[in-house]
Amino acid sequence: MSVARNITLGLAATALGSMTLAGIAAAQDRDLTVVGWGGSYQDQQGIAYFEPFTEETGIPILEESFNGGLSNIMSMVETDSVVWDVVQLEDPELQRACQQGYLERLPWDEIGGRDDFIDGGSSECGAGTIVWSIVNAYNTDEVEGTPSGWDDFFNVEEFPGKRGLRRGAKFNLELALMADGVAPEDVYETLSTEEGVDRAFAKLDELKEHIQWWEAGAQPPEWVASGDVAMTTAYNGRIDKAQTEGQPVDIAWEGQIYAIDSWAIISGTSNKDEAVEFIKYVSEPENMSRLQQHIAYGPTKEAAFESVPEEMAPRLPTAPDNLEGALLNSTEFWVDNQERLDRRFNAWASQ
Amino acid sequence: MAAPSYATKPQVVGHYGLRIFVALVCVFLVAPIFAIIPLSFSSGTFLSYPMPGFSFRWYEEVLAPRPWMFTLRNSLFVAIGATIFSTTLGTLAALAMARKNLRSLPVINAFLLAPMIVPLIITAVGLYFFFAQLGLTNSFTGLIIAHTALCLPFVLVTVAATLEGFDGTLVRAAQSLGAPPLTVFRRVILPIISPGVASGALFAFAISFDEVVVAVFLAGPTQRTLPKQMFSGLRENIDPSILAMATLLVVMATGLMIVAGLLKRRSERMRGLSG
Amino acid sequence: MAATTADLKQRLRRTERRRRLGSLGLFAPSVIFLLIFFALPIALMLYRAVQNPEVANTFPESMAAIQQWDGEGMPGEPIVAEFAQELRDARDERQLSAPGRRLDYEIAGYRGLLRATAFGLPDEEPEASWTETLIGIDPRWEETQYWQALKENASPFTLDYVLTALDLEWAEDGGLQWVSEHQAIYLDLYERTLWMAFVITLAALLLGYPIAFLMTNSSRRVQGILLVLVLLPFWTSLLVRTASWMVLLSRSGPINTLLVNLGLTDAPLELLYNRFGVYVGMIHILLPFMIMPLYAVMRGIPHSHMRAAASLGAPPLRAFRRVYLPQTMPGIAAGCLLVFILAIGFYITPALLGGNEDQMISYFIAYHTNETLNWGLAAALGVILLLMIFVLYAIFTRLTGTGRIQMGT
Repeated sequence: MSVARNITLGLAATALGSMTLAGIAAAQDRDLTVVGWGGSYQDQQGIAYFEPFTEETGIPILEESFNGGLSNIMSMVETDSVVWDVVQLEDPELQRACQQGYLERLPWDEIGGRDDFIDGGSSECGAGTIVWSIVNAYNTDEVEGTPSGWDDFFNVEEFPGKRGLRRGAKFNLELALMADGVAPEDVYETLSTEEGVDRAFAKLDELKEHIQWWEAGAQPPEWVASGDVAMTTAYNGRIDKAQTEGQPVDIAWEGQIYAIDSWAIISGTSNKDEAVEFIKYVSEPENMSRLQQHIAYGPTKEAAFESVPEEMAPRLPTAPDNLEGALLNSTEFWVDNQERLDRRFNAWASQ
Repeated sequence: MAAPSYATKPQVVGHYGLRIFVALVCVFLVAPIFAIIPLSFSSGTFLSYPMPGFSFRWYEEVLAPRPWMFTLRNSLFVAIGATIFSTTLGTLAALAMARKNLRSLPVINAFLLAPMIVPLIITAVGLYFFFAQLGLTNSFTGLIIAHTALCLPFVLVTVAATLEGFDGTLVRAAQSLGAPPLTVFRRVILPIISPGVASGALFAFAISFDEVVVAVFLAGPTQRTLPKQMFSGLRENIDPSILAMATLLVVMATGLMIVAGLLKRRSERMRGLSG
Repeated sequence: MAATTADLKQRLRRTERRRRLGSLGLFAPSVIFLLIFFALPIALMLYRAVQNPEVANTFPESMAAIQQWDGEGMPGEPIVAEFAQELRDARDERQLSAPGRRLDYEIAGYRGLLRATAFGLPDEEPEASWTETLIGIDPRWEETQYWQALKENASPFTLDYVLTALDLEWAEDGGLQWVSEHQAIYLDLYERTLWMAFVITLAALLLGYPIAFLMTNSSRRVQGILLVLVLLPFWTSLLVRTASWMVLLSRSGPINTLLVNLGLTDAPLELLYNRFGVYVGMIHILLPFMIMPLYAVMRGIPHSHMRAAASLGAPPLRAFRRVYLPQTMPGIAAGCLLVFILAIGFYITPALLGGNEDQMISYFIAYHTNETLNWGLAAALGVILLLMIFVLYAIFTRLTGTGRIQMGT
């Protein structure tokens, strides 16, 4: 009888196991998952948006963070396993994902209309949340003198030390051209030719051995504050944050590349109603402007500018002083060219 | 320990040289584990010596519900689930292995050990696509199944090792006295192998609790495990709260190691292997 | 009393068969479980290396038809018309991204072309021919290469991913050729992976052998202490150990601080995010896997052998080389193979401690799965990695019997 018993014993164990597992699976329910860019910025978003939202609406939020790009969203939608609801996207990614059906079209009448948003701050699939910029940040102990502009960023003789750059083509090609003497207003025209792209890569070649690539927004402030890199590109708000916390870092604003980030809803989410409610909430000017109490990113509604604290205003990318020599990141250019240029960038970077 | 007095000079050099070398390797082995502990008590946000001051602030952060305690709970849940299933499956297989009566044994054995050998990334990506079709990605079920597969060979190896030198006559004696197989299992086999099963379970728990690659692919925000949280933390911004968590994990590892050692000694005594 | 010997034999055989079946029954749950949740998923994943469903599935009718096209000029109007209508359907069902991505591998910009064309197509039957309509939306449709790319992907199977993973491509004449130098990535990657695994294995052997030796040849107390020192890292979370190396090796970390304060170096050394960091981290993690098999073998070698050699007048080094070392060869082989096999599959440690140029095969599998979503290429790389592992595992089993691996305790 031992045969039958052994088999029964084994099979029973397996069956029992599967049943328990199935039971666990059935009981799963997902909280509204909001995906930001991590680090000190998301900490502030938690204080300014997430916690008050949950308090007022009773809808719990599960936070997640990512480093941009569309691959997570695409594979989630394509494998039909969507677990993000609201995600914060850069503009070119937002438009591409929207065109390709990875995002829900926003029900603008429920959210409160697009009229109050600044130019480019709202679109079919996205509700603008901040104006931010890529800036040149440097360690004030390691760097002697005051660098300005991207040519100083590339000047490792006068300003020795490693350089941090965001992995990917976007921003790096623009700033390489500016460092090579192209005026901000001519950057995208130059980049739209093959020679222009070659020129940008050639410029990056000069710096290649000094580059340490970052992906998460939290990395560059930490690297530059600890002196691991002497200068780095970084999201302006996080450097500002580190500076106010007393770290030896500063921003060289000249040539900043500024852009708008938006909230979007992943296509096919099971929490769409809650997601819309969230976007509606954070788009109310009085809620939106709460972030500017904490971190130096600009709001995307005119009405929200009014309540920006006085000492914060000059630290925003849109402050008149900071806009001198600045470049507005071109959504149009990157929608058309990002995949091609990222592929070239990856081949270049891994060589 | 001195070199014997009759040793020649090169022998003395060799004797001490070997010991100094081994001592250095030992420093290499354990120093990194302990070097981070003091930093977890730093009052600053930086991961470097000298520390600005002493504080428990990072431990307070670790004890906060999000993210650490949330991920710790997920990890414990997954690890316990995977331990139960893999220990059950692995122990049955180890019992079969000890009988040594199958010609296909080496093949079966090699197959059952494969999850230990196949690179985690391949298992992870394979399960990622497979579970996507079944709707099991981003679920605890999927994660537990995956970890069960990964832990199974470790249980098998550990339990099989305790069954080595297991006295088959005991089973036959019980059988000839008329005990039905289940009774034989419960009254004879189980007491002897239980320390081995326990160390197998311990092993399975440690493997699942520390597993990150599969978790990165299969765990959604709701299932985020402790290692996944640590991995993204290390990739993006290490702050000392990771080190505080790491310190707690070192304490846990020490505990696991001690229990494993005790179990091993017990098992050897039960099988009469050591005096 | 009628039981004959034959009868007894038969009963014995029957009992044995039953016991064998019993063993199979005990194995069954594990084997079935791993077949379903381990072997099958991996097999399906690897199968993706030759699958090519994106284009054929999205445009089934026109791709069946385009097989007949001779590849000159443009396909005839019926095929083009069929294609245009299927393109429109795909647009409405939001199915464009997968074929777009696939075709973009063939000709850069194809994805944009497909998208723009799909959204430019009229919903009604056009007045002009479909061919003219397509060319009207984008003149590139007149170029033969775009249609050839479609034809090449009309079959649901492809060797392209495997070839890419071998740095090969189809030549004009239909043969194979190496890709140009600035595109070649993968052969270097395999070489690098194997080389790094080799260095790590060698280092682990050199560091681990003396420890294992001392563990077997010293007092119980020393032996116990050494065992704890080896096992503690083994039980400690891999991420904890990696985190700690990140702290120790950083520019402002303790090692650099020490070196600078001792005056051994002026500026802090770069120890992290490069090959050195990966080596240190991986050696540390894999060292216990080297020591354990060595220790297991050395424990079985009687002390009397060395003493006998010494008493016969052999100098210690020679006694070691001629008597002891050969007897530890099984342990060396097992340890080295185990460490090597584990090393070539590493992902986490190089990802955290290494730079761009220090990543191994696993990193690229993850990269193509998560970032570029080129799942065929990820699978092809997986096939190659798995082949390496299987060859090594086969050798390993040959050397150590039934693949027994000594773990822990």
